[in-house]
Amino acid sequence: MIWTSLDTWIVVAAVLAGATCALIGSFLVLKKVSMMGDAISHAVLPGIAVAFILTGSRAGPVMLLGAALVGVLTAVLVQLIHRHARLEEGASMGVVFTVLFAIGLILIEQAARNVDIHPEHVLFGAVELVPLHVVSLGGWDVPRGVVLLAVMLVINVVLVVLFFKELRLATFDPELATALGINATAVHYVLMVLVAMTTVAAFEVVGSILVVAMLIVPGAIAWLLTRRLLPFLIVSVAVSVVAAVVGHIAAITVPPLFGYADTSTSGSMATVLGLFFFLAMLFAPEQGLVARAWGTARLRLSIGTQDALGLLARAAEKPENRDASLSAAEFRGVSRSPFAGRRLRLAAALGLLRARGLVAARGGRYRATERGAEQGRAVLRSHRLWERFFYDDGKVDLGELHTAADVLEHFTDSGLQHELAERFAGISTDPRGNRIPGETTNPDANRPLEDRALDDGSQKPRP
Amino acid sequence: MIVDRLMRVLTLADYNTRVVMFGTVMLGIAGGVIGVFLLLRRRALLADAVSHAALPGVAGAFLLILALGGNPRSLPLLMLGALVSGLLGMGCVLFITRFTRISQDAALGIVLSVFFGFGVALLGIIQRTRGAPAAGLNSFIYGRTASMIRADAMLIGIAALVVVLVSMVLFKEFRLFTFDPDFAAGDGWPVQRLDTLLMSLVVAVTVIGLQAVGIILVIAILVVPPAAARFWTDRLDHMVLISAGVGAIGAYLGTGVSALAPRLPAGAVIVGAHGSVFVVSMLIGSARGVLRELFAHRSLARTTVKQNLLRALFECEEAERGASVESQWRYLTTARGWTERELARALRLLLRDGSIYRLPAGAWQLTEPGRVRAARVTRNHRLWEVYLLEHAETAPAHVDRGADFIEHVLGEELVAELEEALPRFGKVVPASVHVIGTGRGAT
Repeated sequence: MIWTSLDTWIVVAAVLAGATCALIGSFLVLKKVSMMGDAISHAVLPGIAVAFILTGSRAGPVMLLGAALVGVLTAVLVQLIHRHARLEEGASMGVVFTVLFAIGLILIEQAARNVDIHPEHVLFGAVELVPLHVVSLGGWDVPRGVVLLAVMLVINVVLVVLFFKELRLATFDPELATALGINATAVHYVLMVLVAMTTVAAFEVVGSILVVAMLIVPGAIAWLLTRRLLPFLIVSVAVSVVAAVVGHIAAITVPPLFGYADTSTSGSMATVLGLFFFLAMLFAPEQGLVARAWGTARLRLSIGTQDALGLLARAAEKPENRDASLSAAEFRGVSRSPFAGRRLRLAAALGLLRARGLVAARGGRYRATERGAEQGRAVLRSHRLWERFFYDDGKVDLGELHTAADVLEHFTDSGLQHELAERFAGISTDPRGNRIPGETTNPDANRPLEDRALDDGSQKPRP
Repeated sequence: MIVDRLMRVLTLADYNTRVVMFGTVMLGIAGGVIGVFLLLRRRALLADAVSHAALPGVAGAFLLILALGGNPRSLPLLMLGALVSGLLGMGCVLFITRFTRISQDAALGIVLSVFFGFGVALLGIIQRTRGAPAAGLNSFIYGRTASMIRADAMLIGIAALVVVLVSMVLFKEFRLFTFDPDFAAGDGWPVQRLDTLLMSLVVAVTVIGLQAVGIILVIAILVVPPAAARFWTDRLDHMVLISAGVGAIGAYLGTGVSALAPRLPAGAVIVGAHGSVFVVSMLIGSARGVLRELFAHRSLARTTVKQNLLRALFECEEAERGASVESQWRYLTTARGWTERELARALRLLLRDGSIYRLPAGAWQLTEPGRVRAARVTRNHRLWEVYLLEHAETAPAHVDRGADFIEHVLGEELVAELEEALPRFGKVVPASVHVIGTGRGAT
């Protein structure tokens, strides 16, 4: 890898583009109008072309002005067609941005004879060319594109800081914002203008399609990691800055590994952002697929252990079963066993129970320890109380009682159990005549599943 | 001569033009037909994600074929690559929407931009590889209809035929399931399979359209024609036909123009043509075109003004306030809250109708037919007022307002129902339930 001052400027431009896009794009993601970013980034093309054809200059302010106008125009047109034709918003965006983009392409092709706008750069960006056009700032030669991006970043940061409260309200609760005297519609259109201007500023670096990645992917990653606005913006900007640096390094180092020359930085940046999103999707602490799969697995295991203890408690009621033990085969063989045909589930449950000292094994037979028996009785008590409830109050058929109670028994804490017991005070058997076990004195025995997937884990104290 | 050339193109004089025209028109029809269902399914932008996601497939297939020593310009293989990665992209969108809390619009944006970015990275590699004939790939991005050969056109034709046939055979199923998937599922339709079939057809049309229209704009042939058709009809079967027609016309015009101006990107020209048809439809569409709605709005506004004035004149006569020019004018301007200009305009409208004439003294008088109309209008208004009072328990002070809003759109059936609900009035004009002309701002 050979690093030159060109590479430094490319990375600077990419970082600036990434940061400014991520900042403003976060609001698109939060407002669930991500595809407006896509629509606007396509639709600014004719704005740029017309601004150029009219003024003959590619100066930043002219381009930004053209972009701002087109940004508003796009948002208005999308709304108009959406309402007027009663089309879904997506379709109306599809109509607006494709047609505007087509017009833009034709205009640029016409103008391209004497300009350095190249249709290909429109799509892919040409960050590699950024260092070639420099302006002199206080004796320094700074690439023009970098200056434009820096100005845009400052504008975005200043506006977001100044109007943080308004943006937050209008983003999360437009109705409340309106009630508090903030014009949510105006905020929306200002946002669209900023998106359009940001898009144009980032055009040179990333092109019109990849700018969508810069706008949306960092926000989507932040969405998986946090819910609060300030951390959201910080995560989003940080992710895109890292992706810009890694993206450029990957662009010049990865293809050579396969025997090719280097590749485009913007494409590589988008790919890196995609990889980051993939990682976040898998490994985000709470929202990640792995974390959620782990939560589900724990819940299932936990239900399995309660089922096993419940079966042991039932076995203990049978007078002929003197030591109240079951073999693995018996666990699976009793009528309506939750382990029927599920060897693995049983093995996991019994393994966990033994590790926790709730079940002891001897000679292939399993017996509940004292603590285990207590918890088993608590499960059984919940089960039979629920059967009573469904039979007496729910008018559920005798044959269907078991299934209904079998689910609820796992999610009944002592408070709920207590309520049920009070409802059926004086009744000591379930509808089939089996005795309902007494209340345990051990508060631990009645603990419901300590699972956080069910209700975000906040176990509110009961009155 | 430009006109000669245009005629040669539009009359399909050349073999090449015929081939290209056949291909693009068939594509327009296929996109128009399947696009209707895509729109109803509310998944228009999914097609956009699919087409963008096709780029890494094309570029990857190109690199793979190059590495294996084959001919990397083989169109079927490149399209196969596009199909595979397009499907993968669609799968990613559905997966992200289903299994994370990312919303669908963000999922679309992520997939289309990241896949496209990866494709750009692969393209970058290809362009920097010496000896790789990379030029062919550009046609996938902007579309290159001119280079379409007979086999391509046939492929598009077959695909279009399949799309049209399937849509015809399964029209009822598609209609039910796109309008209300939940109901269809509850009614026992194989919703999952229908959805898969519909989406497969969308992906097929998208991938086939890549070559002609280009990755970025191919979604237009699926979305613009049905959107244009929406302005012409509210019926699904008509919409499918019109959408197919719009697709065909747009393709025909676009291909014609781009044959004359080969320097312009063909995809953009075709989409531009579709866009023009869309704009025309939006303006003059017979179901909800802008002009029609403006006209309807204007004509309702006129009816309202005329009926209000008729009633005011009728009430004037009732109260015998029309005796002098001054008292009538004062009544009409102050009591009804009209400005003189509004009043003059309304009077002109009624005069043109022959509902009123002017006495030599200058006061306005209802003609015979005018009085009949005025009596009917007043009767409707008061019937409605009584109805609101007695059946809707509206406060007397608000009754006039409420009646004002609705009276102009009372149809004959409604009036008949009112008469039935309030039989005691027979066919006479009931007396007003409130004091007439006491400065209510109602107009």
